[in-house]
Amino acid sequence: MILDHLASRVAGPDRSPSANDLSRRRFLQAGTVAGGGLMLGLRLPFANGDAEAAPADGFLPNAFIRIQHDGQIVLTMPYVEMGQGTYTSIPMLIAEELEVDLKQVQLEHAPPNEKLYGNPLLGGLQATGNSNAVRAAWQPLRQAGAIARTMLVSAAAKRWNVDAASCHAQSGEVVHAPTGRRAKYGELADDAARMRVPENVALKRAEDFKLIGTRAKRLDTPAKVNGTAIYGIDVRPPGVKIATLAQSPVFGGRVKRVDDTAAKAVKGVRQIVQLDDAVAVVADHMGAAKKGLAALVIEWDDGPHAKLNTDDIAGELEKATLNAGAVAQNIGDVDKAMASAVTKVEATYHVPFLAHATMEPMNCTAHVRKDGCEVWLGSQAMAWVQAAAAKTAGLPLDKVVVHNHLIGGGFGRRLEADGVIRAIEIAKHVDGPVKVVWTREEDIQHDMYRPYWFDRMSAGLDEKGKPVAWNHRFAGSSVLARWAPPFFNNGLDPDTTEGAIDLVYALPNMHVEYVRVEPPGIPTAFWRSVGPSHNVFVTESFVDELAAAAKQDPVAYRLALLDKAPRAKAVLALAAEKAGWGQPLPERVGRGVSLQFVFATYMAQVAEVEVAKDGAVRVRRVVCAVDCGTVVNPDTVQAQIQSAIIFGITAALHGKITLKDGRVEQTNFDTYQMLRMNEAPAIEVHIVRSFEPPGGMGEAGTSAIPPAVANAIFAATGKRLRKLPVDTTALKQPA
Amino acid sequence: MATTIKVNGVDHTIDVDSDTPLLWVLRDVLGMTGTKFGCGMALCGACTVHVDGVATRSCITPIDSIGASEITTIEAIGATAAGAKIQKAWQDREVVQCGYCQSGQIMSASALLATNPHPTDSDIDDAMSGNICRCGTYLRIREAIKQAAQSSGQGG
Repeated sequence: MILDHLASRVAGPDRSPSANDLSRRRFLQAGTVAGGGLMLGLRLPFANGDAEAAPADGFLPNAFIRIQHDGQIVLTMPYVEMGQGTYTSIPMLIAEELEVDLKQVQLEHAPPNEKLYGNPLLGGLQATGNSNAVRAAWQPLRQAGAIARTMLVSAAAKRWNVDAASCHAQSGEVVHAPTGRRAKYGELADDAARMRVPENVALKRAEDFKLIGTRAKRLDTPAKVNGTAIYGIDVRPPGVKIATLAQSPVFGGRVKRVDDTAAKAVKGVRQIVQLDDAVAVVADHMGAAKKGLAALVIEWDDGPHAKLNTDDIAGELEKATLNAGAVAQNIGDVDKAMASAVTKVEATYHVPFLAHATMEPMNCTAHVRKDGCEVWLGSQAMAWVQAAAAKTAGLPLDKVVVHNHLIGGGFGRRLEADGVIRAIEIAKHVDGPVKVVWTREEDIQHDMYRPYWFDRMSAGLDEKGKPVAWNHRFAGSSVLARWAPPFFNNGLDPDTTEGAIDLVYALPNMHVEYVRVEPPGIPTAFWRSVGPSHNVFVTESFVDELAAAAKQDPVAYRLALLDKAPRAKAVLALAAEKAGWGQPLPERVGRGVSLQFVFATYMAQVAEVEVAKDGAVRVRRVVCAVDCGTVVNPDTVQAQIQSAIIFGITAALHGKITLKDGRVEQTNFDTYQMLRMNEAPAIEVHIVRSFEPPGGMGEAGTSAIPPAVANAIFAATGKRLRKLPVDTTALKQPA
Repeated sequence: MATTIKVNGVDHTIDVDSDTPLLWVLRDVLGMTGTKFGCGMALCGACTVHVDGVATRSCITPIDSIGASEITTIEAIGATAAGAKIQKAWQDREVVQCGYCQSGQIMSASALLATNPHPTDSDIDDAMSGNICRCGTYLRIREAIKQAAQSSGQGG
């Protein structure tokens, strides 16, 4: 059952599985591959502690390591590559323990070859999100590598009739040093498959790592620079037709009437498919499909949300925060502390709806037959795709074959199955495979959006300016409550509140409440850096407000609250030092800081921002210090932080989805703007050396940057921005 | 009406409406999927190809505007001196993340390098700001172009 394994969203700090937690019997099995070689099947958790949720009826592997006769090591794994470097970081874990070159490890897309493996993917939710792939795989994949190595060594020792302790693994071979005998893994694989799976294997010590911690080359790059990489949108099953669609411009609306005369007359248009709330044009190529779409005359019944505007939603959220919500965290006695505070600070904040705008527009190819169906796409959540396709097609799960492909940007968008449902609905009317490609306009106007949130903050300071009371109440959508209902309990879920609770600072009296409000007429979804994308902006802007109210330096103010959080203190001090905090800057240029502990990673950022006379904002430089525990690939960490910062600046400066009369007002990259090359700041990444378990890396940079930018704007202009995106008209210099 | 276009040195005859954008002829008719669809309005650069060496957004280039011009796509850009240097630099500098926009980035960058062997930062901004990368690989793209330019200098 899908929802049993949704713990991917509740991965919290310091809850990585330790070797002791994982029962090896449940986590790994060995056997012979059809055709020869050694195969290990293992269960990779999608979340910390997922091993406990393994089915009661026994072992259900979801990842496989195959050592073939040619010595090639093939890894099939359930995490997907979205650009975050997982396809390189994960093999590094196996290669390290198996003592092979990274090049010897080859990745196969999940789902695995059904003939070889059966279909092991049905039991668990397959999803890549919440920056958890490396965190979840850290122990089990190294263990699997160590087990395979031990079995290969045992096989060689048996063959040579020597003590296994006198043999060692090295560069894809087992070596018996006293006699100089050596045997390649490929030659030993069949024998190794007959060895007992060892109960206890020692993992390498961090100081002995040869590969982990190095700047290993990404394995997926060559195909991505010569046009041969195949993304979901690139699949071409024989006979495939191309479709594009118009969905009801108002969420919840219906098709009233369609005149398709002109559309059908377009050369290359084959068929018009009318659904309840969408119309699709099926054609020989996308050019004809788009031309046909433009020629359609569709009359819509806009339904109940025809008058919905964003301001109304914001007003509802604001109103909701006047009432009590579910208590997410309570420390001490805030009311009492507030009553005795010397200074009181209050503020409200808004963050907008945001689209994902992945560069690869939404698409899905489907072939529905009476007895089964095939689906081709790039997805972050394969099991959901399969379940959604089966349900929509009216077929049993085992009649649905899903082919996963590279993802042209995920950011949470491809955790959803709405595009698959659409494709199946259309494919049911089409004879043969059909590739449904959304136009960019459709992609932006029918996304599932990062929720709008409204936050009400208040704090009390003592005579020295220290916060003695911290009160935070916010309202908005809970994505997790829809996506994984079991994780929404007592009005709370662990994602929506991450970054609002368990702050790094010493706050003796703290109270945080969440009011769940699901705005009608606009679907919401996970978006890169999820809950923290909102909470860190609010809390780190507000800490800055407290520093200002206390007339203290923002970095010094924070440092004074970090005596019990040494890792947080260290990254803050490092970022400030490297950024030249305190050094003079020209007029209307300012530095702003942010600090967070989310996705099990400590991060501080200093943004240097210039505000022009007309109010235009340019982020000139960002310095980031990070402690993400053990670093598997420092180049990937740096790349992910650069990426996440650009993503976050895009949101802070440009990102806003608004509704007018129920319709999303933004359409394409002219009205939903992305940061471009000429706007990209210099970014410096400083990594703190650590042997703690790895923290998440794909998202942390995104949540940390908006408050750093807003705080820098305050430093540059004295204007405090409490609403994203940045309103440049408010920053115009008076004439 | 049938039209003949030359792509990567090979003639192809296709029968589509004359206003059909080149992008869809490449991807859906000829099956050359390395050139990507991003926006359909020349706003993102994912569909960039070369028409007689000039970086061109194929999503708004009607097939009947091409005539005898030579089209080069990502599939063949490695055969040009500038393209090969750019592709190598992209790998050396680990530019790529999701990779979806990179065909277009590489086509824009190789057109730049072919006409301007030593671009300044401002030249790079001008040539590359039409190409969006949602993964935010801009810093590495800039470094890679500079590396490729340097190798041009050394190689003559």
